[in-house]
Amino acid sequence: MQDRITDIGPPKYDEMWPDVIKDNYGKWLYHDILEPGVLLHVSETGTKLYTVRIPGTRLMTTDQAEEYCKIADEFCDGYFRFTTRNNIEFMVTDESKLEALKKALADKGNMPLGGTGAGVTNIVHTQGWVHCHTPAIDASGVVKAVMDDLFEYWGSHKLPAQVRISLACCLNMCGAVHCSDIAILGVHRKPPVIEHSHLDKMCEIPTTIAACPTAAIKPSKEEVDGEVYKSVTVNADRCMFCGNCYTMCPAMPLADADGDGIALWVGGKVSNTRSMPKFSKLAVPFIPNEPPRWPTTVKIIRQIVEAYAADANRYERVGEWAERIGWERFFEKTGLEFSHHHIDDYRFAATTWRNSTQFKW
Amino acid sequence: MAIKHQTPMLDELEKGPWPSFVTDIKKMAEAGKEACADLLGQLELSYKDKEGHWKHGGIVGVLGYGGGVIGRYSDVPELFPGVEHFHTLRVNQPASKFYKTERLREILDIWNRRGSGMLNLHGSTGDMVLLGAFTEELEPIFGEMTSKGWDLGGSGSALRTPSCCVGKARCEWACIDTQDLCYTITQEFQDELHRPAWPYKFKFKISGCPNDCVASIARSDCSIIGTWRDDIRINAEAVAAYAGGELAANGGAHGQETKLDIQADVVDLCPTGCMAWDGKTLTINNAECTRCMHCINMMPQALRPGTDTGATILVGAKAPILEGAQLGSVIVPFMKLEEGQYGDLMDFAEKAIDWWDENGKNRERIGELIQRLGLSEFLKAVEIDPDPRHIREPRSNPYIFYKEDEVPGGFQRDIADYREKHAR
Repeated sequence: MQDRITDIGPPKYDEMWPDVIKDNYGKWLYHDILEPGVLLHVSETGTKLYTVRIPGTRLMTTDQAEEYCKIADEFCDGYFRFTTRNNIEFMVTDESKLEALKKALADKGNMPLGGTGAGVTNIVHTQGWVHCHTPAIDASGVVKAVMDDLFEYWGSHKLPAQVRISLACCLNMCGAVHCSDIAILGVHRKPPVIEHSHLDKMCEIPTTIAACPTAAIKPSKEEVDGEVYKSVTVNADRCMFCGNCYTMCPAMPLADADGDGIALWVGGKVSNTRSMPKFSKLAVPFIPNEPPRWPTTVKIIRQIVEAYAADANRYERVGEWAERIGWERFFEKTGLEFSHHHIDDYRFAATTWRNSTQFKW
Repeated sequence: MAIKHQTPMLDELEKGPWPSFVTDIKKMAEAGKEACADLLGQLELSYKDKEGHWKHGGIVGVLGYGGGVIGRYSDVPELFPGVEHFHTLRVNQPASKFYKTERLREILDIWNRRGSGMLNLHGSTGDMVLLGAFTEELEPIFGEMTSKGWDLGGSGSALRTPSCCVGKARCEWACIDTQDLCYTITQEFQDELHRPAWPYKFKFKISGCPNDCVASIARSDCSIIGTWRDDIRINAEAVAAYAGGELAANGGAHGQETKLDIQADVVDLCPTGCMAWDGKTLTINNAECTRCMHCINMMPQALRPGTDTGATILVGAKAPILEGAQLGSVIVPFMKLEEGQYGDLMDFAEKAIDWWDENGKNRERIGELIQRLGLSEFLKAVEIDPDPRHIREPRSNPYIFYKEDEVPGGFQRDIADYREKHAR
């Protein structure tokens, strides 16, 4: 362990800055989006900085990352950045370089400008079947299919406001999608299938029981092929398929081809602009997994986006629109079906019921 | 090299205008990277089965650290030996994700030689996520990485890698130095980041203004959001330019041709009604402003946040598991955070985390603990006086848990004294 380097933390941020950022740090005056995917920032020093935004796929190879490095070397003195939403940004100060950069990106074919302003920017997402052990859906494939379909909104500013779409492949929500304009969430619908013959060897029974938020799990003795094992049983009526038991106990998998699929949520936001930040609300409880291109999910998301585009006021986010017109109108205008599943029956459910005579027909 | 696995379903994801991760990985597979070929093969199988093919967990790591590496094994290794081990390394990103290509190549080079060649830029928390290493490569990767000045991020019941928005580096609205703050917190908590010792995960996220571009209010246990206390700065000339249709509305977010109607788009949409426009002058009753950013977003050349800047600190945001999703709750309405002067914040964080560490149950986030024991208990622990800014509205139930010392004479009474005055 001698001479071992540990706990050094990440490189300091300013080691990664081009001179223009060092020279104008904290001095920016304003920005202007010149066209979809191209931002101008003007500093009090008089510096003009042009940023060109293209989508990253989040999941990529080192070869692809090297492609971005080469562009940064050629046009941006060897610097570039990623955004929180998996986009890639190249920055130049010279207008003639901007045109050359735009042309070089256009020539690549897979580096379209966009993701700014009143459009659909990149989808933040999780790992899905590519790496995770608890997913109900794939992530990268669904994102690709949805963005192919919504591509016209990536490179344009024609929506009432920005639409933030996020995807999480199970209820753990590594992507924290619960405050998105449109959230794509992987859900399970079958209780865990229990491997009684191995549970006691693989899991700690008390922790497994404690992991259940609805107290649906209790200890039991189970007979398999004439042998009696210490195990657990699940009260299926109390299970809401969160998968927390599986996180604690590998002998209780939930994944199931018929049980798993997608739920869609709408109207969340994180910004404090006008209305306060809000959660996304259930729009569609379940759509089956349809690899490789999830056509029903893609179609319904478009349906929501188009209803919003046609009816919302300019500057109004999806959630603000739905609250203004009322949820009965939201379901009418989007053509989505309202069911028992939309009525909350978990903790704090009563806070979401309508306690008023005010509604629309 | 011949194609190792046929992937007819994944091939469908090579179509369409959005960049294709399949095309990218396929190229690397065809260049001879076995992990890439086998990852696609296993993913194709998952598409066919509509179920994932990774085993549950796996405890692996690097010496001396309790996190930063996520163990992963294929459950069909005989079919896809290149991804039999597919462990993940979380590499702590530089704050706000600027890269010097020369430095990023240090990671790409290590990962090309010793890993699968596939990575996430970036994971949801903010780290660079190197996807797919064999166990025996973990130590050498770590050694090479740290010798170049890179370190692992957090996982498990530890501090998770802090992250922040672009901040003062390229945004005019940053009220705090998000990158310096993010870097300082990360360095301060290195031990807690690398050696899980808490009830569950803990996240810091830092946004420079109430637009909250890193979604800190939705997903961080401690959300630090830049704000200001004084007046919005107005540039009257630029206001006139917006009124005259010379400047695009909302910083060009609706196209350069979309102009601003100051009355309809700004004044009428202000949630507090604190603005007025008489056709010439825009006035703001700043005392009534809640700093929502709408007007500033609408006319970035005319309006700017004030100069008495600091941050609002909110605690307890999280995704659903376990007790349901929560947004952050205001704990410190305003804290000054001048560059390098973060003592108040560190003291606050220490008190908050100590209270949670002491009282939290296994896998209970701080937001859930606050729900269980009450916001007031938390405020007492961090020594903050109650303030109407802590709530959306006062309680509407009469069930107040008075403590004995709040009531004259305490709780001990004699029933005989009572009966002297009141017949049974």
